[in-house]
Amino acid sequence: MATQAESGRKTQSFVSVHAGTIAVLAGALLLAIVPLVGSRYYVSVFTQILILSIFALSLGFLMGFPKLISLGHAAFFGVGAYAAGIFATRVDPNVVLTLGVALALSLLLALVIGVLSLRSTGIYFLMITLALAQLVYVASQQWESLTGGTNGLVGIPRPELFGLLRFDRTTFFYLVLLLAVLSYLLFRTLVRSPFGRILIGIGSNEQRMRAIGYSPRSYKLTAFVVAGAVAGLSGALWAHFNGIVTPEDLHWSHSAEALIMVIAGGAGTLIGPMLGAALIWLLESALQSYTDRSTMITGIVFILFVFFARNGIAGIAQSAWERVRR
Amino acid sequence: MSEIQTLATHMLNGLAYGFLLFILAAGLSLIFGMMDVINLSHGSFYLVGGFLGVGLVDDLGNWWLALAVSVGIVAVLGLIAEISLLRPMYNRDHLDQILLTFGLALIIEDASEWLFGTTIQSMSYPRLFSETVEVFGVVIPSYRLIVIFVGLLLAGALYLLLERTRIGSIIRAGVSDREMVSALGFNITAIFGGVFVCGLALAGFAGFIGTPILGVYSGLDFEILILTLIVVVVGGLGSLTGALWASLLIGLTQILGQAYFPSFASLIIYLVMAVVLLVRPQGLFQRRYA
Repeated sequence: MATQAESGRKTQSFVSVHAGTIAVLAGALLLAIVPLVGSRYYVSVFTQILILSIFALSLGFLMGFPKLISLGHAAFFGVGAYAAGIFATRVDPNVVLTLGVALALSLLLALVIGVLSLRSTGIYFLMITLALAQLVYVASQQWESLTGGTNGLVGIPRPELFGLLRFDRTTFFYLVLLLAVLSYLLFRTLVRSPFGRILIGIGSNEQRMRAIGYSPRSYKLTAFVVAGAVAGLSGALWAHFNGIVTPEDLHWSHSAEALIMVIAGGAGTLIGPMLGAALIWLLESALQSYTDRSTMITGIVFILFVFFARNGIAGIAQSAWERVRR
Repeated sequence: MSEIQTLATHMLNGLAYGFLLFILAAGLSLIFGMMDVINLSHGSFYLVGGFLGVGLVDDLGNWWLALAVSVGIVAVLGLIAEISLLRPMYNRDHLDQILLTFGLALIIEDASEWLFGTTIQSMSYPRLFSETVEVFGVVIPSYRLIVIFVGLLLAGALYLLLERTRIGSIIRAGVSDREMVSALGFNITAIFGGVFVCGLALAGFAGFIGTPILGVYSGLDFEILILTLIVVVVGGLGSLTGALWASLLIGLTQILGQAYFPSFASLIIYLVMAVVLLVRPQGLFQRRYA
């Protein structure tokens, strides 16, 4: 099977094999100019979009390949945010350490939630991830001495780097941009690796993979943990950017929003969820300045995507590309 | 009032709440059993039932007439949703239909905030049951007893409908093998539509009779949805017996939790669900029929 895939790949052109990577790198180069030409406002806008796109990417990886529909992904985002925020306020705002702590804790949480929830599949998996994530949400509200309760954790200092650099708006933007590209490359490498092939196999037919002799659960758990850790990383960046973390960052509606971003962008691709994050964020913030009914319009846009463009923006782009080539 | 009496009051309130959840869970379970679709707009139709009730009780002046009209309107809205959103999607993945009901829920939530604001709206009890009564030395509003009674009645009626009637056997057959029922000449589209509309009418009914107790406000829809989902998942998806026991378990846990551990009430609910699912990943009861 491997040789078949290899030979199949040789016949494809370089561009179509690496289309996603080329697009991401080109996009990153374009974004890299933003601080040079754009106002401070646009730098903030793109920082937020990039952080959310990392979050959506991690969920999109789960939904698109092993087909794990989780409704508790915000728990990892939130725990990463709290971990980085608490560490930065109480111990050290060194970004390597805060992100490291956030990664470690969200990874650990993903391991626990993954072990517990992956016993179930389908709608049961969705519900138990929701329940466990809501437990974390309530804990973040109640553990006031650590999290600041419902008021949230405030006064998170700007991160710095071993005393060499104190991040300002622009340098922080570049940090986020770098991490977004790295996250994409991480997931892309995973998807293209033998491990990723097995995940795709599990996503399309778990029974058959088990019959061949794979143990789907350990593969799914690994995918779940990696996705959780990356979500934690995006949460940590979010905490540094906003200077505040509230329990709302862990609420299940935040998980649902990530799910909308993935669907709008296109599950089954990696670049899609990132574009979906940009689209939904821009849509909501653009609408918010004109109308209070942004949720309704988001709902309508979401329904239209499910109805007419089930593969999201990535699907639309793909079919347009094929039409051009023909 | 003694400790025991306070506890008994909470227990009765918990039972009333539990049976309210049962009416919702029965509808959700019925729809899932038949169509394999988890209706994420179930709480939204509860909300619609409640808001219609608040308005219509005032306008019509008759509580019972308002109940009938509200449930009727919810059923018509449900039919429109079924025809326009779900019916074109029957040959697609069930996940698509679930996503559509989620989109619908977002729209209804925002529309309700638009139309009614975010303040909590209340509804009076029907005049017949506005008094309090004393049961075993505990004074509670008679309306709550009626909710318990209605829940029990509905559980019995649904059981008889599904087990003892021709319609029920067609629905049960449809749950286990849709293609075969369709091949035998039954109009599966009409059955699906009917079950969906009935499920939503139950949600609207629950919204109406729940409003005098809980009030109604934008945002309640998702609270109700999550609770109902917890009930059906704990009880076992598609099991009516499971829905009944799980409703009572979750209802009692919620009310007793709120009374004795107010800051951990929601934590306890999720904990119960997590524990049940860890011990029995498919819920307490096996799926038998809708």
